Amino acid sequence: MAEDSKKKGKLRRVAALSLTMLKIGLFTFGGGYAMVALLEREFVSGKKWIDKDEFLDLVAIAESTPGPIAVNCATYIGYKLAGVVGSAAATLAVCLPSFVIIYLISLFFDAFLSLKYVGYAFRGIQVCVIYLICSAGVKMLREMEKDFLSCAIVCVTVIAMTVLSFLSVGFSSVFYILIGGAVGVFAYFLSKIIGNTRKDGKK
Amino acid sequence: MIYLKLFLTFLEIGTLSFGGGYGMISLIREQVVANDWLTESEFLSFVAVSESTPGPLAVNMATFVGSSQAGLAGAFFATLGVVLPSFVIILIIAALIKNLLSYAPVQAFLHGIRPAVIGLILATALTMGLDILLSFKNVGSSVVPDLRAIIILFLLVAVHAAYALIKKKRPSPIGMIVFSAALGAVVYGI
Repeated sequence: MAEDSKKKGKLRRVAALSLTMLKIGLFTFGGGYAMVALLEREFVSGKKWIDKDEFLDLVAIAESTPGPIAVNCATYIGYKLAGVVGSAAATLAVCLPSFVIIYLISLFFDAFLSLKYVGYAFRGIQVCVIYLICSAGVKMLREMEKDFLSCAIVCVTVIAMTVLSFLSVGFSSVFYILIGGAVGVFAYFLSKIIGNTRKDGKK
Repeated sequence: MIYLKLFLTFLEIGTLSFGGGYGMISLIREQVVANDWLTESEFLSFVAVSESTPGPLAVNMATFVGSSQAGLAGAFFATLGVVLPSFVIILIIAALIKNLLSYAPVQAFLHGIRPAVIGLILATALTMGLDILLSFKNVGSSVVPDLRAIIILFLLVAVHAAYALIKKKRPSPIGMIVFSAALGAVVYGI
């Protein structure tokens, strides 16, 4: 009996969780950070399923791991509340509205674009997207810790990628990310070794 | 096989894109252009639609690209590919190694990745900007300035600056997209 009601409770929880995630997937415009605010309202101040500190940890993890921040948050919250089943349900629910809406749009998009003034409007929008990408990059640059290593990596990446692209040399973005990470780890161990030899010198 | 190709391409993007939606843009652009799935300007239109519809940018982009190449099943496999790495990685962290982020070498790795991603975003904006505004793709191509596009960019930057000055925050991306659509229809329509 107890086992049965426990199961029912979990099922209800998964259903409530999925419904909330569906709502979040349907109503958040503007990507990850807008979604984080909504998740906070739903799960921390609203339902009180997660406490404030844990939520902050969760956001830090979602930001530092690869993939969309919203999906990372959904998977984590789902697991926290209802295990693997919960995480699968939450992830599916947060992606479903996007999937349906974009799929429907994609069916009519080419026909829509071939309308004369829509085509013109989209030429304006294309310029806007470049502005948006640039402004996102500048915002992240401003918020970055400005130590020597970080600034050097930003400069080298921008210059190398721009020059290679103008020379039509194929070099995947993936390598910049991996090299950046490797340089970070290398610098860490280097500073450790230097720190240790200094300590030894003092002795 | 196109489904497998879409799945693997977006699996790679999902595994290696740090820093959310915009961190993913240079990776997606590279792949879709290299595979001849989209042209540069189609890609930009897709980003605009993904940005002005609800949901995570990456999921929207994957669905859009998948659907344009191989219909509903294509959309499904591309989306599955982009979501799966997140799902597995977060599950591992949540279940097994909660304090992964507190290890110093992991911190150092992320500390190196963050500026690289910022560099990628800025370089992508720069190279795409030069392509759209000046038709400058590589050292071999001649420079043909698109005056109308330059005017639109100038107005967008002016609005951004005015908004930041008066309201002390950045204008919403959707607002700017709508504004640029009106500008495009007017400027190119004349």
